[in-house]
Amino acid sequence: MLAIVGTVPDQDFPLVTGEVLIEDGGISIRGKRISVNRGTSALLAAAAKTGEALKQPAPFGYLVGDIGLGDGSRRLYEYLTQHLEKCDFNTIAFHYLQPDVDWHNRVLFAVEEMSQRPILIADAGFMYAAKMSGQAAAYDLFTPDIGELAFLADEEAPHPFYTRGFILHDENRNPDLITRAYTHENAARCLMVKGQPDYVANRRGIIEMIDSPSEESMEAIGGTGDTLTGIVATMIASGIEIKEAAVIAARANRLAGSFAKPTPATQIMEIIQHIPGALLEILGKKSV
Amino acid sequence: MSLLGFLKPKKEKRSPESGQDRGILVFEHTSEVIRAENVLKADGWKIRVMGPPPEIRSGCDLVIEFPLIEELNILRTLQKTGIKPLKTVPVSSPLLKPVDLFQVKDFGQYLMVRAANMKLTVEKETLTIVNISGGGCPDVPYLAQVMVGKTLTAAPSPREIGHTLCGYALQLAYEEMTRRCLR
Repeated sequence: MLAIVGTVPDQDFPLVTGEVLIEDGGISIRGKRISVNRGTSALLAAAAKTGEALKQPAPFGYLVGDIGLGDGSRRLYEYLTQHLEKCDFNTIAFHYLQPDVDWHNRVLFAVEEMSQRPILIADAGFMYAAKMSGQAAAYDLFTPDIGELAFLADEEAPHPFYTRGFILHDENRNPDLITRAYTHENAARCLMVKGQPDYVANRRGIIEMIDSPSEESMEAIGGTGDTLTGIVATMIASGIEIKEAAVIAARANRLAGSFAKPTPATQIMEIIQHIPGALLEILGKKSV
Repeated sequence: MSLLGFLKPKKEKRSPESGQDRGILVFEHTSEVIRAENVLKADGWKIRVMGPPPEIRSGCDLVIEFPLIEELNILRTLQKTGIKPLKTVPVSSPLLKPVDLFQVKDFGQYLMVRAANMKLTVEKETLTIVNISGGGCPDVPYLAQVMVGKTLTAAPSPREIGHTLCGYALQLAYEEMTRRCLR
């Protein structure tokens, strides 16, 4: 079963755990409805839609309200350190959380106490903390975008905001940046780099480059990276090997985007609705 | 703890004291350090006054260490009381500077500016913010929720309502977009 850990942009939203369901164009957890924009709600909606298509159980969410003050994230970190040990998830995806190295380390220790170690995916703020902690290699998959890849490649930077210009300036150097991230032990076992093109890579180099279908405006749409992480996390939790799941997820996310005929003003839920159709087309073709 | 868990080798834990997620506020005068310390502690921030690292060649003999991710929120707190640090740098690498490179993409009807990991897109004719993407700190979805759908002039700036370094990066993208669209 897949667990997803993250935040919603509502300071009054309490710490809630439970199955996440698609409901009336949004998602719900324990009867609480959450609108889907970008961030963890988009990841959860994409994961739930992917789960429906693959006949997988609904994702289990750990959610709390946080608008960047970090208070909600710290409550959730504390909750995880107290409860994860008794859980039996096979995959955990950590997402929009206030980056905090000390709390990150405590959560990672709690994961190590689980009877069976789950596959660990980190994206967004939790990935920043994982890199800063020096524990990136403890993760199975990081899902950075181009700006975040440059941050992973910069062994000095404590946050993408401080990535050095000579690393950041050239978008076409992604293969070099991937190598540099591994050289400095700042990458997970597998990387899925979101961009144009998407790359799936590991320590030995690029495994696959995915560049079609291509919709240029996807880069501007908030949440397209979150949906990709949601798709790949669900596929991994269903038993598909990480590298294969990453390649299929990248294609499916692109195809769902293409089905939505996007402009830079498209909102993410318009794309999420097309995920099942995209998966059906890709997996249908694959089985032929 | 399970028996298996007990037998697992422990990973070396990097202490938070290693400063990987801490920043330093540098001030011109010691009196400003003392004032800033009082203001921040009264506001509940976990900070400490310490000596500057050797790489810092400006400012006085004391600096304030703070949680770097929350730089934007800390600076706003100080600004309200009229205190302005000379500079803010990461503890781990005091010579690092905030990102100052922007990637600009023209979609015809829309313009996108990226600063570090944050992207801001506006419709050129109406100057309406149509999308905010990238980032990883929890104020990013909040900033998008508040700003998307408003014009560049009507929307609050990330500096006003953001809290983290991702919010700060979005502020830089917002300033560059404003410079390009409202000049």
